[in-house]
Amino acid sequence: MSALMITPLALIITTLLVVLCAALSLVLALGVQRQLLWAALRMMVQLLIVGLFLRQIFALSSAWLTGLVICAMLAAACYEVSARQERRLRGIWHYLNGAAPIVAATLGVALLALTLALQPSPWYDARHAIPLVGIILGTVMNSASLALNYVFSTVTRERNAIEARLALGASRYVAFHDIIRRAVRAGLLPIMNQMAAAGIITLPGLMTGQILAGMDPTAAARYQILLLSLLAGGGFLATVGATLLAVRQLSDERDRLRLDRLR
Amino acid sequence: MLSITPPAPAVTRSLHVRELRRTTAERVIGPYALSLHSGECVVVSGPSGVGKSLLLRMIADLDPNQGELSITTSTVDTPMTTHARAAMSAPAWRKQVTYVAAESGWWADTLSDHLHIASHAQALTLLASLGLASDLMQAPIARLSSGERQRCALLRAIVQQPHFLLLDEPSSALDGDSALRLEAVLHSLKNNGTGLLVVSHNAAQISRIADRVLYMSSTALLESPA
Repeated sequence: MSALMITPLALIITTLLVVLCAALSLVLALGVQRQLLWAALRMMVQLLIVGLFLRQIFALSSAWLTGLVICAMLAAACYEVSARQERRLRGIWHYLNGAAPIVAATLGVALLALTLALQPSPWYDARHAIPLVGIILGTVMNSASLALNYVFSTVTRERNAIEARLALGASRYVAFHDIIRRAVRAGLLPIMNQMAAAGIITLPGLMTGQILAGMDPTAAARYQILLLSLLAGGGFLATVGATLLAVRQLSDERDRLRLDRLR
Repeated sequence: MLSITPPAPAVTRSLHVRELRRTTAERVIGPYALSLHSGECVVVSGPSGVGKSLLLRMIADLDPNQGELSITTSTVDTPMTTHARAAMSAPAWRKQVTYVAAESGWWADTLSDHLHIASHAQALTLLASLGLASDLMQAPIARLSSGERQRCALLRAIVQQPHFLLLDEPSSALDGDSALRLEAVLHSLKNNGTGLLVVSHNAAQISRIADRVLYMSSTALLESPA
């Protein structure tokens, strides 16, 4: 079976669906029509630009260019994580706390997949490396962001409990253990839900796309299993890394709670 | 009668605090000096906001501070040995020098969940001594009154058998009878060799429990008659 081509007419028809929704929002006075149209317009422009951009990158097939694109993606994700936090650490640690685990988890998992699982030739082939890093980065960024937000929003509220444990002789990691556990759970919830629902409640995006593009469903399922495993691994590493780094910054080497480092 | 496992009776310990200070952008607190011996109760008094709670927290190393703190240990048969705070991990120090806040925090649902299983028997005895019912062990912490929580927080620290207890207004949420019961427990702790450093504003209580009284200003601790 061959892939079905999406014609401009098909795009216009599906876009009209969004326009219809905006019109309904206007008629029903829901007030979301402007945001809906703006978001749809942004999505279309962004995706068309990225499609054209990737076509050029793939055609050039340069390791340096691939590396540069991945660096730009990582930088954008790191900025996004730091910008999403309502409360933030003072100084450079606000950026490093999210950036370090995101970069380490994304690159680690992507390298593992490219060199041991997918094994394209060469292993840094842009057609494989860039989409793979992109999809891992999305999950990793989301997981780390949720976990950090949980830690920063909870630590002030639970100050007395943490200090009571420290006063009784607990180490900082023991005193923070409940927060660490809950933050990791919060960070991993989306990917765990995605895995639990895959195939029963919903067909994952990648698998759906590949089936629509003509791939055999069992081959598409294998791809999806591989991908979800990578996302779970990357999400876990980033969540645990970001949470532990945050706890390290919110305490000091003498096992004191340091809320003065949070603003 | 209250039963508290005493430290080895022949051991004498002293907590020494020298040049204890805290420097922040807003103010400098200290330097303070004091000594506290096993079996002694020293009360710290002074105006509100002068930093009495902070003094206890600094001694427990819960807030950033500078100073020389140590515990000396001696027995009848052995020479005195000194254990500097700087040479110990903070958790090891705090297990010996334990701070109890006026409003302590809780991290589990019941008092029993906060205690090691081996200390449950001692906790039950202490509950009775503090005028609390034994079923409080399993009651949700969230449903306890502030006075019950305050006594439970003290109990939680006592069962760990620290050598020195730093108590920040330990009876601030208690009625007269409950405060007297708590003072009786403090007396038992003293008799068993625990050193107590207590922040209190209550003149009558100070006269009942204090061996020495230290009056605190922003720069010094002055000894005044008990």
